[in-house]
Amino acid sequence: MARVVFTPNIQRHVACPEAQAAGRTVREVLENVFAENPQARSYVLDDQSGLRRHMTVFVDGRMIRDRARLADAVGESSTIYVFQALSGG
Amino acid sequence: MSDKLLVSTRKGLFTVVRKAKRWQIAAVDFLGDNVSIALVDARDGRRYAALDHGHFGVKLHRSTADGWEEIASPTYPPKPEGYEELDMWGRPLNWSTARVWALAAGGADEPGVIWCGTLPGGLFRSTDQGQSWEMVRALWDHPKRKKWMGGGADLPGIHSICVDPRNSRRVWIAVSTGGIWFTEDAGASWTQRGEGMRAEHVPPELTHDPIAQDVHCLAQCPAAPHRMWVQHHNGIFVSSDEGRTFTEITGVDPSTFGFAVVVHPRDPDTAWFVPEIKDERRVPREGKLVVTRTRDGGKSFEVLGKGLPQSHAYDVVYRHSLALDGSGDRLAFGSTTGGLWVSEDQGDSWTGVTHTLPPVYAVRFA
Repeated sequence: MARVVFTPNIQRHVACPEAQAAGRTVREVLENVFAENPQARSYVLDDQSGLRRHMTVFVDGRMIRDRARLADAVGESSTIYVFQALSGG
Repeated sequence: MSDKLLVSTRKGLFTVVRKAKRWQIAAVDFLGDNVSIALVDARDGRRYAALDHGHFGVKLHRSTADGWEEIASPTYPPKPEGYEELDMWGRPLNWSTARVWALAAGGADEPGVIWCGTLPGGLFRSTDQGQSWEMVRALWDHPKRKKWMGGGADLPGIHSICVDPRNSRRVWIAVSTGGIWFTEDAGASWTQRGEGMRAEHVPPELTHDPIAQDVHCLAQCPAAPHRMWVQHHNGIFVSSDEGRTFTEITGVDPSTFGFAVVVHPRDPDTAWFVPEIKDERRVPREGKLVVTRTRDGGKSFEVLGKGLPQSHAYDVVYRHSLALDGSGDRLAFGSTTGGLWVSEDQGDSWTGVTHTLPPVYAVRFA
């Protein structure tokens, strides 16, 4: 199970507690988290289910490369951080 | 007469009320959040607020008995696999709501219907007070929609929605930039309107093309829906045939440039504008903030400045930031530099409510 941590700044809008979820890719893990917390989904993903423009996701300290399909691999004990990009101001 | 205003700003939604003949801020909701527009549905009193959270996207909230609740946001359909569409900058166009730029209640005979205009150009309709939204595909899929361009923003956007008070299935929308579009079957099919408007910012062969027009704001007279007023990037235009053809109004002092227009609810010949120096500066002329008013269909205009700052005023009034109440007597407008003014005599005189709001994006009487 991967560990998923959300930026504190999102909490003002929608509760996103730290979560444990299964999955081999960022997509699978995040969709499992959002299945339990559906309101949070649109705060992180856009209408096409890609990562929102000014959001970033790190897996074990590495920024993911595939922002559209979220196909980056996740290990059994990975930690995923869902953060804001400073590009958003 | 309305005693309440909803003021959407860069940093929250302000409720301004009239008490003991004075207008004052009574409540602040969503403090710190970017409120792009709000709607008060006269049919049931519900309020809607569109928030742009930047990183976290666009969200809609609806008033409850004791506060607000988040409701569904208009969501673009999945882009077909392999489908390529570029925006005017040559970048892939993301089918995703970038801003809610128009909210309008449906007709009196269709409770629960709300229309929503967005960037990058999608129009949405809800039949359940915003619980769910459906994109108006006939407009989005119209081949000419791809000719829409950015105007005021990088992406095209629907900013004006007028529902015919005689027949709710007839709706006009206006696009920056993409001109005016009309449906008479509740969105199932669309035709371009707006012959006669003129765009100076495009090559001569496109100057009079209705799709090239940067309509800043479209307003329809409720009691005489054949009359439509347009504040356009190039000036002021008026139509007496439901937007089929427009006539340009010229020679208006101090300027015909601006963003907003409102029309009297019963007198189609009376309309108000907030003029600015055109394009190159976009500030009030000579630092004097004024409103212009015609009472004769655009043949003549009065310049109204009593109570408004008449030196070193750099207020810009955006397209949704001038409001008129149902009586036709009370007006209000808010500015990019945080000013808010109210008139109770059709603009003859104005009272400043505050000069310290965040940048104002929309003003509506509640």
